[in-house]
Amino acid sequence: MSNSTITNEFALARLSAKFGDKIISSETPFDLLTIEVSSADAHEIIQWLKEDEVLKVSYLTNLGGVHYPTEKDREFAVVYHIHSLVNNFRIRLKSFIPLSNPSIATITDLFVGANWMERETFDFYGIIFTGHPNLTRILNEEDMDYHPMRKEYQLEDDTRQDKDNRFFGR
Amino acid sequence: MGKITDGKVETIDYQGFQLTTLDKAIGAARANSMWPLPFATSCCGIEYMATMGSNYDLARFGMERMSFSPRQADLLIVAGTISKKLAPILRQVYEQMAEPKWVLSVGACASSGGIFDTYSVLQGIDRIIPVDVYVPGCPPRPEQIIDGIMNIHALVKEESLRRRYSDKYKSMLNDYNIETDVK
Ligand code: SF4
Repeated sequence: MSNSTITNEFALARLSAKFGDKIISSETPFDLLTIEVSSADAHEIIQWLKEDEVLKVSYLTNLGGVHYPTEKDREFAVVYHIHSLVNNFRIRLKSFIPLSNPSIATITDLFVGANWMERETFDFYGIIFTGHPNLTRILNEEDMDYHPMRKEYQLEDDTRQDKDNRFFGR
Repeated sequence: MGKITDGKVETIDYQGFQLTTLDKAIGAARANSMWPLPFATSCCGIEYMATMGSNYDLARFGMERMSFSPRQADLLIVAGTISKKLAPILRQVYEQMAEPKWVLSVGACASSGGIFDTYSVLQGIDRIIPVDVYVPGCPPRPEQIIDGIMNIHALVKEESLRRRYSDKYKSMLNDYNIETDVK
């Protein structure tokens, strides 16, 4: 990554030295170091990244979900983007969780700003962040009974009658 | 003596007397002193602001005062996308307005959901409250909004003083499940 004082290789080597097999895989699309970790380890690794004296990856930029309906037992991904303001270095963590138990530990104890992001991810994907202080819907109506970004639900409003379904992919 | 022909007002012997009906006089007074409540949410709200501003100047039609309390407003101007989460609030605002009241729906989103054919957006405010005039466009230019307001004025001038007692009006409110205090 340009203007960064540490390289992807250096950060990955440091992470691997510390966590070994807990780093399931890694890649660098668009020069952004991306590692996959298990949902059980995600909290520990994020905490270490935040507290590490060298990497200092202590700013949570974004947290979100992805739905992969065809990937058996890896239906949901939780994606963390974390940034080191000191080193100008970014890293992305992905953690896959199954549809049967879509839960992962909250990181609100590490980053207060994760609170609303986790609520939003819960709202749209139904991912349970265990330990979250107030895991309720944040953007949709309180009485909505599904998680609309899951791909089994259509995005369109199905009460519209004035649109020809052939042209709107229904 | 002058007489009323076709709703026109005639002067009597050029003496400064005028003859009209109470309906018409009050209709004209209402139409030329409307207090609109702007319910502006998104891009159409910006066009609405331009309409209010000095270039297009709604004030010259007797709409100097925007009423931000529904209780003192006669015209609800809904400009912008209304999400389903906002729908009950819009309805509550409408219910709080005192009779007589009119509704202007500005833009494709307020009128039909517009480009947002999606689970989170109300597909037209006429699903929850009655609408008098629709202004098409995405967004409509201020001239179009003014045209919509001119159409509202035309309605207001012709409206019966006893509209709220009419069966047609009552049954319309009933269709929307809106309570009235008129028995
Ligand atoms: S109709 Fe168009 S301009 Fe108006 S609020 Fe909707 S998207 Fe925005």
